[in-house]
Amino acid sequence: MYAYDEFDRAFLAERVAEFRDQVGRRLSGALSEDEFKPLRLMNGVYLQLHAYMLRVAIPYGTLSAAQLRRMAHVARTYDRGYGHFTTRQNIQFNWIKLDELPEAMASLAEVGVHGIQTSGNCIRNVTTDQWAAATPEECDDPRIWAEILRQYSTLHPEFTYLPRKFKIAITAAGHDRAAIKVHDVGLRLHRNEAGELGFEVLVGGGLGRTPFVGKSIRDFLPARELLSYIEAIMRVYNQYGRRDNIYKARIKILVHEIGAEEFSKAVEAEWAAIRDGALHLTDEMIADIRARFIYPAFAALENEPAVLAEALKDSRFATWHRNSVQAHKVPGYSIVTISLKPVGAPPGDATADQMDVVADLAERYGFGEIRVGHEQNLCLPHVAQQDLPALWAALDAAGLATPNVNLVNDIIACPGLDYCALANARAIPVAQEIAKRFSDLDRARGVGRLHINISGCINACGHHHVGHIGILGVEKNGQEFYQITLGGRADEHAQLGTLLGPAVSYEQVPGLIEDVVDTYLELRAGPQELFIDTVARLGVEPFKERVYASH
Amino acid sequence: MPLIEKGEIVADAYIRVPDEEALPEGAAVLIGIDRFLAEADGLKGRQAPVGVIWPNNRPIAEIEPYLGQLSLIALNFPSFRDGRAYSQARLLRERLGWKGPLRAIGNVLRDQFLLMERSGFDQIDAAKTADAEAFDEATHRYTVFYQPATDQRPSLLRQRLGRTVSGVRS
Repeated sequence: MYAYDEFDRAFLAERVAEFRDQVGRRLSGALSEDEFKPLRLMNGVYLQLHAYMLRVAIPYGTLSAAQLRRMAHVARTYDRGYGHFTTRQNIQFNWIKLDELPEAMASLAEVGVHGIQTSGNCIRNVTTDQWAAATPEECDDPRIWAEILRQYSTLHPEFTYLPRKFKIAITAAGHDRAAIKVHDVGLRLHRNEAGELGFEVLVGGGLGRTPFVGKSIRDFLPARELLSYIEAIMRVYNQYGRRDNIYKARIKILVHEIGAEEFSKAVEAEWAAIRDGALHLTDEMIADIRARFIYPAFAALENEPAVLAEALKDSRFATWHRNSVQAHKVPGYSIVTISLKPVGAPPGDATADQMDVVADLAERYGFGEIRVGHEQNLCLPHVAQQDLPALWAALDAAGLATPNVNLVNDIIACPGLDYCALANARAIPVAQEIAKRFSDLDRARGVGRLHINISGCINACGHHHVGHIGILGVEKNGQEFYQITLGGRADEHAQLGTLLGPAVSYEQVPGLIEDVVDTYLELRAGPQELFIDTVARLGVEPFKERVYASH
Repeated sequence: MPLIEKGEIVADAYIRVPDEEALPEGAAVLIGIDRFLAEADGLKGRQAPVGVIWPNNRPIAEIEPYLGQLSLIALNFPSFRDGRAYSQARLLRERLGWKGPLRAIGNVLRDQFLLMERSGFDQIDAAKTADAEAFDEATHRYTVFYQPATDQRPSLLRQRLGRTVSGVRS
């Protein structure tokens, strides 16, 4: 956990007071809606189809039990009793009244939670690996660097009115769970041959209407030079990014139009002028941030204790354990993923009661810490293996033990036409129907790892381009249609999916997805070959032939 | 529109002269970029101050050869949502060493005053009178600044090491 100090708390209180004043000026008419809009967006307040929506940041995906409990309180008091976890380590409340927003914000601010820069054309919530500081794969805790960036980017005077939004993601593990290659800036923390920490820097990745995989512009940026290099990137983008067309304003378009090499040259020139200036991170500053992350006092435990071995004789527990429990860097501990994808429910939704249950369980079994991943699931990063059976029983009782993590019904979906003013088509009911078709989890397990991503419009909040199966809702003559892509992925081998064929109607989607999965089961080289690998080996053609022949 | 200089509402000493009008003799003038570049040599001998409105889509580095003959630089916010002039302002102050007055003009609103001040603007041509009157409040809402910028406020990354919350307010 990161402990906010008196400075952070003072800033948050000042921010809430400022927004309260801005809401007051909007209500009095001193601010026009046009003038108010960017101000509310930069506090996480959207105007949706039915109501105002509040998006709250979960910086680098880390929450304390007290913070999650406060979110449950906000869901219960100001919303309709639930919240929605997004693909960018945020939570959204969809039904808050404008005049109650400052109250809800003040309540969240008391536990150090806020919606600052979760929207607007600024540097957004910096995201990272939900297994940070728990996975044996990483070279350092990436949240240290995400926190340094959070502070640097908070109300940055120069970069608050960028051409467009700006998203940064960090991974410190070889296996990328933060999707860094599809962010405006992706940072891969690693060590060089001398053992020093540094970042590979990628720019210009992103999804939306014009998807790109990020390009590497620097193999090794010494970690202490992170801020000056980021400032150089931001300054080049702020001056030269396009502002004539909102759809061409992201940094990916600038990088694409002038080329990664030209862009890199401009950044290096700017960086040369500032790298020794005020942004240079001293060891002392880094140590100060590092010291305010509080790590659990792990006990000396053995792996696979007897109580666990005994519990694994129960096939339901064993199934969940195989699916949702991963290796921890400390012996005797595990990382537990909590699926927010029970079959038939909206992906990523959690009720206030469920949030309270998870907060309680985190306190009882997980050092009071909860994580949120971009897959819209929760995670308890530090659970003693001897506590897994009791944890599972409690999760199961709360409907939070669906053993479908990474399976075909662990679907990522945006809110879609049910909530969003931008959407062309529904996303949640499509996800629900597909999940139902695979509700026999033995069948889903037989299929293996398969990521389905659904977006209700080309803005791609459901990241459909990088789903192993991507589903994009479009509107044709007033009707909902869906384009299907295969072969996308968001990990260290990130690539965009390939279009399968003509768009199909809302009713046809679930059957078509079943056909795609059946085709994979017939074509795969063996049970060890994952869906994504079969598509990579054979291309989409064999799928296209089979699927469209039957529709 | 009221002009704020270093926190106070002041009378504008400069006359904004459109390109097609003659420059008034002996008066401080603020002129557009096209006229300035076309007449730059001739303006060198002018006995009264000259200021230029530098557009936000022209690299600010190109102003360097003219800095010696300018008394005021105005940077434009065509919309408050267009933030290019923040970078221009910081580069003028921090890279090109401009010490003279730097004015924000255009769609300049109170919710951006603090950002402008932190980026090096010391003159603000407020679009609304009520905003100008609220300048002090608008620029003193915060006591905490996370990052270094053009202003002399200590950034939190450094300030934390000293552990003091005082001395932040200007």
